Amino acid sequence: MNVSYRWLSDYIDVSGIEPEGLAEKLTRGGIEIDAVRSRNLGVSKVVVGYVKTREKHPDADKLNVCTVDAGQGEDLQIVCGAPNVAAGQKVPVALIGAKLPGGLEIKRAKLRGVESQGMICSARELGINDKLLPKELQEGILVLPPDAAVGADAVHLLGLDDHVLELDLTPNRSDCLSLLGVAHEVSALTGRPVKLPQPERDLIEGADKTADRVSVTVQEPELCPIYSARYIRGVKIGPSPLWMQNRLIAAGIRPISNIVDITNYVMLEYGQPLHAFDAAKVAGGHIEVRLAREGETLETLDGQVRKLDPRMLVIADAEKAIALAGVMGGANSEVAPDTTEIILESAKFDGGVVRKTSRQLGLRSEASARFEKEVDPGRVAAALDRAADLMVRYAGGHAAKGAATAVAEIPVPAVIDLALSRANGLLGTELSALEVQTLLARLGFHAESAKDGLWRVTVPTRRGDIRREVDLIEEVARLHGYDEIPTTPIEGPTTTGALTTAQAIRRELRTTLTRAGLSEAISYSVTSPERASMFAELAQGARPIALAMPMSEERSVLRTTMLPGLLEAAAYNLSRKNGDVALLEIGSVYHTQEESLTRLPHEKPRLSILLAGHLRPAGWNRKAEPVDFYDAKGLLEAAFARLGMGELVDYEAASPDGFHPGRTAAVKLRAGHGSETIGYVGQLHPELQRAFDLPDAFAAEIELAPVYESANRRILYRTLPKFPSAERDLAVVVDDAVTGGALTEAVRKAAGELLESVSVFDVYAGERLGQGRKSVALAMVYRHADRTLTDEEVADVHSRVLAELEQSFGAELRK
Amino acid sequence: MKERLEALRREALDRLEAVADAAALNDLRVEYLGKKGKLTEILRGMGGLSAEERPVIGQVANDVRAAIEEVLANKQEAFDRAETARRLRAETIDVTLPGKAPAIGSLHPLTKVQEEIEDIFLGMGYQIAEGPEVETDYFNFEALNLPKNHPARDMQDSFYITDEILLRTHTSPVQVRTMQAANGKTPVKIICPGKVYRRDDDDATHSFMFQQIEGLVVGPNIRMSDLKGTLLQFVREMYGPQMQIRLRPSFFPFTEPGAEVDVTCAKCGGHGCRMCKHTGWIEILGCGMVHPKVLEHGGYDPTEVSGFAFGMGIERIALLKYEIDDIRHFYSNDLRFLKQFAKM
Repeated sequence: MNVSYRWLSDYIDVSGIEPEGLAEKLTRGGIEIDAVRSRNLGVSKVVVGYVKTREKHPDADKLNVCTVDAGQGEDLQIVCGAPNVAAGQKVPVALIGAKLPGGLEIKRAKLRGVESQGMICSARELGINDKLLPKELQEGILVLPPDAAVGADAVHLLGLDDHVLELDLTPNRSDCLSLLGVAHEVSALTGRPVKLPQPERDLIEGADKTADRVSVTVQEPELCPIYSARYIRGVKIGPSPLWMQNRLIAAGIRPISNIVDITNYVMLEYGQPLHAFDAAKVAGGHIEVRLAREGETLETLDGQVRKLDPRMLVIADAEKAIALAGVMGGANSEVAPDTTEIILESAKFDGGVVRKTSRQLGLRSEASARFEKEVDPGRVAAALDRAADLMVRYAGGHAAKGAATAVAEIPVPAVIDLALSRANGLLGTELSALEVQTLLARLGFHAESAKDGLWRVTVPTRRGDIRREVDLIEEVARLHGYDEIPTTPIEGPTTTGALTTAQAIRRELRTTLTRAGLSEAISYSVTSPERASMFAELAQGARPIALAMPMSEERSVLRTTMLPGLLEAAAYNLSRKNGDVALLEIGSVYHTQEESLTRLPHEKPRLSILLAGHLRPAGWNRKAEPVDFYDAKGLLEAAFARLGMGELVDYEAASPDGFHPGRTAAVKLRAGHGSETIGYVGQLHPELQRAFDLPDAFAAEIELAPVYESANRRILYRTLPKFPSAERDLAVVVDDAVTGGALTEAVRKAAGELLESVSVFDVYAGERLGQGRKSVALAMVYRHADRTLTDEEVADVHSRVLAELEQSFGAELRK
Repeated sequence: MKERLEALRREALDRLEAVADAAALNDLRVEYLGKKGKLTEILRGMGGLSAEERPVIGQVANDVRAAIEEVLANKQEAFDRAETARRLRAETIDVTLPGKAPAIGSLHPLTKVQEEIEDIFLGMGYQIAEGPEVETDYFNFEALNLPKNHPARDMQDSFYITDEILLRTHTSPVQVRTMQAANGKTPVKIICPGKVYRRDDDDATHSFMFQQIEGLVVGPNIRMSDLKGTLLQFVREMYGPQMQIRLRPSFFPFTEPGAEVDVTCAKCGGHGCRMCKHTGWIEILGCGMVHPKVLEHGGYDPTEVSGFAFGMGIERIALLKYEIDDIRHFYSNDLRFLKQFAKM
């Protein structure tokens, strides 16, 4: 809503309050002003001129030489290129020395050898939004009304000596979608009274009766509680007065004709949308408010043929629909240049039905925007009278006596109890009864004091947003000023804040992995159906959940796995020459088995990591090692170790979708009696790497819920060893298929409790060992808790280990 | 014999004086003091001396030996020092070349900001609550006093999945979920961070997915002044003790009274700059007293308890804090962007 400061001053005295100051007051009071614009963007010394003659320029086809009386004593010779300039017009003339928006200054000039003593201006040159003007005025000069006084200041005449306040209204304050509503708000903020127009006093009616010309039937009183129409005859369609056009333009509304402009003007004034029908096109003079019929169509004023359905409310005559109630009029009853009789409509349509219709048809209008938020039923009649009065004054019309009205519900103001104690209790203030009483009075709310500190407040219908005591308390608070509310600490028992286990674990995972060189990514939770089905095992058979109205195919379903997001991020970075990618993400995937959701899906928290390139860059003294499977696995091991659950996790060769079948492990968690797969770590499948244009990339995705269960944050001290250990190495040659994990496991079993640790420290395959064979070197540490082991004891257990390896794996001791 | 010893001393000292390296020094040591050295050779003649002469000559011989040894030791030490110095010189490295730093990654800037906010409220005794991102229409709208077809739903264009299920448009549904779970107990003091979704075209200031932190306090006698006190404390812990807040009346269907909160522009300290559009204030959050209907949906009697709630966009806080020019950077996962946040 754009509010003209000058127009507003018709209804309330704003003297002494500059536009900026008014904006600040309104904003601090809760009506946010986005911007205050001066309508004058830098125009000076532009006056009204009378074009006496127009001759063709002797040397330029497209230029005209005009003689203009601009009230300067002598006529001016002005060269003008506009196609529409003509003798007999009143036009805005920028005199020598005039300034125009954009810093243009008018100087004496010669155009193709002919002197020009000024410039005839177009609307755009004067800084007026000419999109709101008819096409011929956009392409040429602005033609002023014939009664404009020669020599008069065009800035004033065009209403440019004005400011526009741009209101950013919250949906509850639709009362301020009108000049009068804003005036009431200013009144509440300043204590100055509102001057209402008095159409009921001003309107002069004829002897003929509306009731004889128009009949109204409302079939859906719930959707249209009030409908009122007037009959106005003898109108002469033409332009509306310039001041009215100026105000409409200031509000951002296109002037069209006196009748249409008046309906718009009164809509802006009262917040009550009106519609004018050409009475000659309303069959039988009958207005019927009904639901649209199945298959019914209506061409709306914007030239579109609309398919209607029985959930939409229409205005119909005896034969056909003639308007979409509250949204837009129909072309079949439109006011045209030859229209002489008008049926003027003012009504309250249900916000819900207007909203639904307007959404369904994708058709929004100034009217629908107001009806949607419920117009003030108390203004339906006044706005109708006001528009009728203006049509009498500015369109030569004669208003028939009275209105044809169908009222199902007489608007009654809400009456709400307000207790001082509750206001002060909720706000933390110590307002007195007198203060509250004064604030209510400024709002124009009638407050009857039942007893001390208790009121029955009558809220005018214009403030439909106020329904409860808290709403009144808010009014009191905002007028009193939020700044005046004190600042206090919460009273009551102290509470402790702490992270839940899950929250602490997520923080720990982020910390561990970022310290290991990974950067945290956050990807979109929505993706394409193709990406949602990229990793079948990780998706666990979930059906991707589709958005009903996605913005694009790329973001049309909820992710079922995390990795596609990181793949995308890796590809993004590689294409920008960020060759070393090390990312982690913690987020949710969304799983359901349902085809169409009837209950909420499972949101599963997951950790994902992705490595490509190098984890550490090369330096002057160090080569960069390309990342491999063991980097990715090592990160998981470190993370699980930090969570005190390293011992519970096993890695088993696996070949899930999307991963390299020979370089991937299922991550298995031993919990309770069994072992469950909680994710995978491995190289991405070469085909997938190719599809994303990635080098060898290693990734993991881990389900976090089981991790939350198994993490063990408890630390228990273990006695330090008192006796020395004995260290022995062993290298055995085995088949390629024998895994390091199997060997160390066998060592553990064979060695028993004397073994403190076993680890693989070298793996070697070479021709000397023969095809399909490899050498695995193991380092064992033996120790007894209570004494020093003898060489014989160590040799004994060590040979048991070797025997076990020989027996179970056909291992040969490597010499 | 005494003369021979004195001559030996002179000769040895002269030659030692001229010695230039450790090897030559060692040769001289052997030549004069060794088992077959010159001093020994002279002393072999001691057998022919009288009993009176013997101690006298013995004394002279000891003096000569001591004198030579002292010079030898001094020389040796000088050579050692020179040798050490030479070796150290040879070991000199270029300390200006880069070190071998471990790889250091970075937390996402949104995580950093979220954790910072969380930590402040944890310190103020709040719990961190979480709720689903895929939400029911009831929790996302209805229970927050936004019935179907309410015009205020236009404030948040939503991604629906079915008529009744959608991606949450704000973290506020966690309010009602938490209240219902509290089962009438007070006080409730939570913040809830999380992702939210709105059907917005992405541009420099809009992202269809973004993150919020919501706060909720419910208890007997919770006042709007408590809300102001809480927000002031938060803002000062977040930005510094000189910060001020300013509440402007505003509207959220789930609060009444409702307000938007401006804080002193941290960039200019409130004097006015480009960032705050020369107002000295930056809008960072919305808040208000919990609407009675919302309390009712949460299972509380609004005549018995009251509450306040507030919410802020984490992106907005991060944009302001790091002076980032485009919200889309947060979700591009560009490492050149992410790595800028590797600092503590």
